[in-house]
Amino acid sequence: MFNYGFFSFESKDDLLQKAAEYWNPGKVQFWSDAGTPMVIDRREEYFLYDMSGKRLIDLHLNGGTYNFGHRNPELVATLKSGLDYFDMGNHWFPSVARAAFAEQLIKTAPHMQYAIFGAGGAEAVEIALKTARYVTKRKKIVSIIKGYHGHSGLSVATGDERFSKIFLADRPDEFLNVPFNDPDALEQVLKKGDVAAFIVETIPATYGFPMPDDDYLRECHRICRKYGTLLIADEVQTGLMRTGVMWGWQGYGIQPDIMVCGKGLGGGIYPISACLVTKECGGWLTEDGAAHISTSGGAELGCLVGHKVIEMLQRPEIISNVHFVTDFFAVAMQEMMARHSDIFVGVRQRGVVLGLEFDHPEGAVAVSRALYENGVWAIFSSLDKRVLQFKPGVMLTVDVCQEIMDRFDAAMPRARQLLKTMRTAA
Amino acid sequence: MSADPNAARLVVPDPATATAHMKISRAQWAVRQFGKSSRETVMTVAEAVARAGHAKAKHYADWAVRETGFGVVEHKTIKNELSTLPLLDYYRDLDLVGPRILPDVKMVELPRPAGVIFALTPATNPIATLYYKAMLAILSRNAIVFSPHPAARECSFDAAKMLAEAAEAAGAPAGLIQCVEQPSVPLVQEMMASDKVAVIMATGGGPMVRAAYSSGNPALGVGPGNAVAYVDPSAKVDATAKRLVESKSFDNSVLCTNESVVLTLDANRANMERALRSAGAHLCNEADTDKLRDYLFSEHGFNVEAVGKSAAWIADKAGIRVNPSVRILVPTITAPGQDDQLFREKLCPVLTLASAVDFRQAITIAAQILKRGGGHSAAFHGEAPGRLLEFSDALPVYRVVVNAPCSQGAAGFATHLPPSFMIGTGFAGRSSVGENVGPQHLVHWTRIAYNKDASVPFDNFDLSVLERKQPNRPAPVQAAPHTPSALPDSDRDMLRQLILEELRGLSGGNT
Repeated sequence: MFNYGFFSFESKDDLLQKAAEYWNPGKVQFWSDAGTPMVIDRREEYFLYDMSGKRLIDLHLNGGTYNFGHRNPELVATLKSGLDYFDMGNHWFPSVARAAFAEQLIKTAPHMQYAIFGAGGAEAVEIALKTARYVTKRKKIVSIIKGYHGHSGLSVATGDERFSKIFLADRPDEFLNVPFNDPDALEQVLKKGDVAAFIVETIPATYGFPMPDDDYLRECHRICRKYGTLLIADEVQTGLMRTGVMWGWQGYGIQPDIMVCGKGLGGGIYPISACLVTKECGGWLTEDGAAHISTSGGAELGCLVGHKVIEMLQRPEIISNVHFVTDFFAVAMQEMMARHSDIFVGVRQRGVVLGLEFDHPEGAVAVSRALYENGVWAIFSSLDKRVLQFKPGVMLTVDVCQEIMDRFDAAMPRARQLLKTMRTAA
Repeated sequence: MSADPNAARLVVPDPATATAHMKISRAQWAVRQFGKSSRETVMTVAEAVARAGHAKAKHYADWAVRETGFGVVEHKTIKNELSTLPLLDYYRDLDLVGPRILPDVKMVELPRPAGVIFALTPATNPIATLYYKAMLAILSRNAIVFSPHPAARECSFDAAKMLAEAAEAAGAPAGLIQCVEQPSVPLVQEMMASDKVAVIMATGGGPMVRAAYSSGNPALGVGPGNAVAYVDPSAKVDATAKRLVESKSFDNSVLCTNESVVLTLDANRANMERALRSAGAHLCNEADTDKLRDYLFSEHGFNVEAVGKSAAWIADKAGIRVNPSVRILVPTITAPGQDDQLFREKLCPVLTLASAVDFRQAITIAAQILKRGGGHSAAFHGEAPGRLLEFSDALPVYRVVVNAPCSQGAAGFATHLPPSFMIGTGFAGRSSVGENVGPQHLVHWTRIAYNKDASVPFDNFDLSVLERKQPNRPAPVQAAPHTPSALPDSDRDMLRQLILEELRGLSGGNT
């Protein structure tokens, strides 16, 4: 019996049946087929507990949402404190929490002027794209092939057609794709001078974290400027210290015109996202400040949590920890790759953002399952299933990092076995 | 709402404890790396830290006195200095890094550093203790997180930062030496119970040391002292008196090794009084003694206001007229009962004088006095080895300093005892360690032990298998410096064009 006070379930199977019946049969079936039928019950630090009681170390973090782990005590205390004074607030009016958080965010990216809040990454992307159209009076948006920026109207249109066609939400006339790491291709598309913005994740997550070439982003920025196109940095997965600096673009020597952040900004306990724009891009906020409004965007409780998240990320102890974790996995993954070179063929890493390449088109699906069976939860990249997304949190300790690698090593024979079956089947 | 219009409207969770936990985690990372360092690296780091600490000894002595109001700058400078290079010299040949191969007993010993040390430092000796514990941590390849006494928070935090920077510059990992920013009793209690702390080094008040032992973690805690100095009739009384005054006035007597009571025989008492007087002591008559007792002790215990203050300052507060150049105050107890408060520890330049009818009674009185401060130190002045042995055997102490100032002697600076700011008070003082704490107390050894049967051979070992390969580490990502007025490239191109045109105009179009 799983009695949660407000509701209860007889068993995990009972829950799975209800979830399929009332919630999402496709997802229930998918995870069951994948061999990772997780239903998260308790959660704390970087640990998830399935309803079966099985413990998993979380290296999925929902793209950095759980950067500080699950239910970080300081963040929970902050939200509880906020609930004694604030609620979501009224989005029409100036607010203390929003003003304070906006100012704090801008201080982390001083060439920006305004922070416009949403409730999730997709909403912040919508704001970014609408802003670009407002500034340039152009409609076209360019993104990379296999890019991913969300599932709402404009954001889903930028991404892979898997997510847009099913809903007839693809707009091939206005939304163009270019290959990643190919500045010439970008220039070809921008040449006509009718593109409002080029939106790119600093390191494309859903594509499996391929690393941008040394000068790629700088070159993209130069080309954008040349043709009057705005550069939008999608920092939803690369922001918040995950690449070793507060925002991913800071490590690549560019200053985007617009940037988007979300996920971890709400500490995994209160959803909030933000779109930061330069003074030049923020004209609409003067012309018609209510041109974009959002009841739950920039909720005051979220602003309070976000404020704490940014403060925590600036502590020397956290910055130092990120460097230690980065260093640890850089070395550990090289060793692991040497031990299992028959299947484990590549590591992409910047900070605590890692993509692990396996020698099979669906290799990461098998590895994800093998890791799951060995108590580690890491998800494959939706748009490149060769690559496992491996996303350690910023507060991971030595012992947990070591345990992750021990479990990883133990999972490799099982991964090898699963891959063999897949090869035979194929 | 609070009456104060500026009071915070929200309850802000205190980040101090969370940050302290992060420091411990960071220290674990540091020790993961440093705990496997070569002896060469360890000695390089130790040397760098010792030099940095030595160079700033006076700076922090000054700061500590200013911040805490305890002690004497020049004496604190000496103590700070002693905790650096001389300490390193003392331990230079003690190898706690390399494996030991012992063919005679068919054993191999592998050193295993403790891990993260959580170290408390007192307000009375904040910097010397911090230096000393940092040096011990480095020599034993451990990481250390300090929690200073709140009264010495600022100088301690700054000094720890300075040592950490020196260590890092010499090749130590970040986070090897850290200090809690906002120490408090609840924070210390929570940190001491952390399962990431390998060992607690507790120096401070009795309750804090007891709390360290109650934390559930291994602890090296040392109890308070209350040293009795026995002056045998065989002693050279003038030299002895001089030593006692020097020792008792050193840093206004904030060391736990400072003499608390000087005890002699009735026959020798007048002689002793005269010698003390000429060495710079003020001998209190009965009325002065009463005034001093009233000032220094109340039902709540020792008056902390007097800690580390000068003799003249205390005399003034107690209402005793003294020569302003007086170095110590000597209250006199004519009929030593067991319970006189003046027989308790006094962290100020007040040295109680008492005498016994004979040596036997002197031992009895000394033992009674040492019911407080058990396990710590005593001193013997004289040239009577038989009585010295009897004295040492009878008393519940683990150090007996002979013909030397006890403050420096028991702490290893005027004797061949290990130099230390943690004087182990052993079982008699409810401590796990009975000697002067050194780096060897922070390392345990894995012992590879062979069958002692002669038919089982011992092996030859190639220790190079234990050498760590230095892996290639990624360079950390650096944020490009922010350029607030950075011009877009297109603007810059335009500007360059304009300048060129202007230059052309100036030179008549010949460029």
